[in-house]
Amino acid sequence: MSLTNIFDIAGSGMAAQSLRLNTTASNIANADSASSSTDEVYRARKPIFSAIQQDVMSQALGGQPGAMSGGLSASQGVQVEGIIESDAPLNMRFEPDHPLANDGGYVMYPNVNVVEEMADMLSASRSFQTNVSVMDSAKTMMQRLLTLGQ
Amino acid sequence: MAISFENALGIHQKALEVRVQRAEVLANNLVNADTPGFKARDIDFKAILGGVQSGQQPGGQLAMSTTNGKHLPQGGNDGLAGSSELLYRVPSQPSIDGNTVDTQQELAEFTKNTMQYQASFQLLSGKFKALNNAIRGE
Repeated sequence: MSLTNIFDIAGSGMAAQSLRLNTTASNIANADSASSSTDEVYRARKPIFSAIQQDVMSQALGGQPGAMSGGLSASQGVQVEGIIESDAPLNMRFEPDHPLANDGGYVMYPNVNVVEEMADMLSASRSFQTNVSVMDSAKTMMQRLLTLGQ
Repeated sequence: MAISFENALGIHQKALEVRVQRAEVLANNLVNADTPGFKARDIDFKAILGGVQSGQQPGGQLAMSTTNGKHLPQGGNDGLAGSSELLYRVPSQPSIDGNTVDTQQELAEFTKNTMQYQASFQLLSGKFKALNNAIRGE
């Protein structure tokens, strides 16, 4: 029954979006975490999304390629390929009085753009909501199907 | 005289099947709304149902006949959906990362598809009720 696939698809989307929210929360929380060296300073983290290809998934389940939904070869949901650290230039501030200042008197601040993170957060939470409503629709459709012939 | 479910239920069971498949494809589009390079896809419902109605392979292809159990089927499992029916959507506002999913459009299509699913369901349910009435003869 391919209606159950919708639950998997929407579930994968919700998992991916909540991970994105997680990185956003981490970025915003560490927006002002200072450090004295460029190696130790926190860098903005971004998840990389990619579509799950159906053939790979159906092979993993032991079936034939494209057997899940009658030969349709659409991808099945979304996955997080990994989390990368942003390459954006670090925020260097001249604060000689700061306890973490290096020899030149500079303190390294993360390359987190808080405005960008807020926009990302809104986008993630809207996408999450969309996935919830898709799952809700699938649930209604399935409940409907169970009353067939009554 | 035996009751044939295939004849009694008509097109509605196929329609319901296609609706579910379309819901799956649209849900997949919505889930990948933030995936870079993802191309939104959709099923041409009319083409598939037209193929079912005329008993032919959809998409204007000639149906291949299988005479041996080892022959590979053409397209989908029951001639309902070959991969040729899974089309790419023409983007109205493609984004810079190559993603062509328009969440609003997809959500509208998904909701519409759900309503059409309920309509198909209602019709199929009606067929079952009619059969029930015929069996009881009340």
